[in-house]
Amino acid sequence: MTEPVLSVRNLTKRFGGLTAVRNVSWDVFPGEVVALLGDNGAGKSTLIKCISGVHQAEEGEIYFEGKLTRFARPIDARSEGIETIYQDLALANNLDVPANIFLGREVKLRYFGGLIQTLNDRKMLDESARALDTLQIHFPTLTQPIESLSGGQRQAVAIARAVYWDARLMIMDEPTNNLGVPEQQKVLELIRRLRDQGVPVILITHTLPDVFAVADRLMVMHRGRKVTEKKVKETGVEELVQYMVGARDDFREPVAAAV
Amino acid sequence: MAFTGSKAATGLSGRMAKLSPGKRLLIRISDLWAWLFLALMIAFFVVSVPVFSSASFVSVRNSQNILIAITPVVLLGLGQTFVIISAGIDLSVGWVMSLASVLSALAIRDSYNIGAPIWLAVILGLLAAIFGGGLVGFLNGTIIAKLKVPAFIVTLGSSFIVRGVALLMAENTTVIGLPDIRAYGNESLFYYVRGGGQYGGFYFFQKPDLPTDMLRQLDRILPWPVVLTAVVVGIVMFLLHRTQFGRHTYAIGGNPEAARRAGIPVDRRIIAIYALSAATAGIGGFLSTLQYTAGSAVIGDPLLLSSIAAVIIGGVSLFGGAGTVMGTVIGSLIIAVLTTGLVMLNVQAFWQFIVVGAVVIIAVLIDQSRELIVGNSRSGVTE
Repeated sequence: MTEPVLSVRNLTKRFGGLTAVRNVSWDVFPGEVVALLGDNGAGKSTLIKCISGVHQAEEGEIYFEGKLTRFARPIDARSEGIETIYQDLALANNLDVPANIFLGREVKLRYFGGLIQTLNDRKMLDESARALDTLQIHFPTLTQPIESLSGGQRQAVAIARAVYWDARLMIMDEPTNNLGVPEQQKVLELIRRLRDQGVPVILITHTLPDVFAVADRLMVMHRGRKVTEKKVKETGVEELVQYMVGARDDFREPVAAAV
Repeated sequence: MAFTGSKAATGLSGRMAKLSPGKRLLIRISDLWAWLFLALMIAFFVVSVPVFSSASFVSVRNSQNILIAITPVVLLGLGQTFVIISAGIDLSVGWVMSLASVLSALAIRDSYNIGAPIWLAVILGLLAAIFGGGLVGFLNGTIIAKLKVPAFIVTLGSSFIVRGVALLMAENTTVIGLPDIRAYGNESLFYYVRGGGQYGGFYFFQKPDLPTDMLRQLDRILPWPVVLTAVVVGIVMFLLHRTQFGRHTYAIGGNPEAARRAGIPVDRRIIAIYALSAATAGIGGFLSTLQYTAGSAVIGDPLLLSSIAAVIIGGVSLFGGAGTVMGTVIGSLIIAVLTTGLVMLNVQAFWQFIVVGAVVIIAVLIDQSRELIVGNSRSGVTE
């Protein structure tokens, strides 16, 4: 079996008296889409935030590409190639596509030994067009503020940005929320394309049809614990719902079983 | 996968394709409305001024007067453009201009008195104005960015402080006793003597030596304050539209959280934006010192609201994220042309305020109606 890209070992995260994530171990392998499921408050967001550097776990380890990591801030995780796309997308809607893809990492022209630096808009436009091309995303024009784009198109810009900057693990938080049905299909297609290019994707979602449409494997959390980990092919909607509400539990502790 | 299906019409152009021709025309007009408004206004005054007086609205002298009149408003507006694009506000620029006027007057007077040549004294005056003003902006920006106090409060508070400091330093309201610096404040790049004859024609740099009865035929073209302001406009335009700093200013105004997550040093940029705002106001103070050969501790106060009005008329969104330097220059021109034209029509001065106020509100209405026509794109609706 290949080495996992991401390996979470016995992770526990507490907020005061509340244990948000309890002793979770989890692997994500290259070229797969893994869905992370669970009801509100199940601990999926907290787990993801531990991986992306927003929170720091009390116990357990996270290995990324075989190396033990401890991200103090989200920017550290991003510079290692873990890219998280949240629902609010973190795009500047008043700027155009290239400006967003290169936001904070603008390409510059240098004059007088770097004394005067201007934006190399031409280069950024060309590179953006190429980045979108590799994902087969086509916009009629890239040089309009992205507020005129649809939700799905902006999602595509956010994904293209992450890919362009060499994301080696993509975490997507409810990517199809607030989208119309055709747009949902397009975003799911984009996720498949990412996987085909070898970028593993963690998909946090409530939307079970999405899971069956794109995910290869899934993990369900309930009250901070991992309750199952399965191949998507080996399960169905009904069974998943039972896991999500806590009616089924593959790892139930004997004590808990007696209650 | 293409997002360009017929159903998912994309972009503003896509949305516009669905609009009626009339509405499309309306949007095109609203894009250029400031230019159109300026042109219409000039046309109106060109026709109406000769009816009510013997003067003509379009003359070299009048155009130069208008340019001189707008320099302080433009200079205050330039920095304010950056601030408002970043979704902030700087209420201190008026008093920063006053402080800079006092500082530059003191620098010019005192350095001249200890033996500096007059050109050096003037340069020291300019530096005192830029750095004295800039320091206020630096402190404003630091408190706003690091201590998270709203810009409105910080700059309101600092404008009172700056006002006090300016009056203290001026010991009264005016710093006088400056050397003769009129050549820097009142002379021009070109001169033109009308009427031909012995003295007629163009003069570069050198003011022609005319008999006093011919002075009325002398036109000053591009006075130094206008030239310096034009240079500052050019620099600021370059900064906003061609550099990373400008791009980040838009990003911070559009979505500060996105800017932060993208790794933009938002705090440092905000500090720089407020420092720039105060520095351009400082140049305005320096120019007023040159023009009046005195430092005034109250000169900038009435200009604050005019400069904000110019920025708004020029299309900078108070919500941040949108606007241009050229818009602010046009906005300043609109106010100046309006004011000058009404004076030439012998309209009572109070009416100027009423008309300028109406124009500000109309400008914002036009901006908003555009949003309404195109659709509420800010909320990010899906197709």
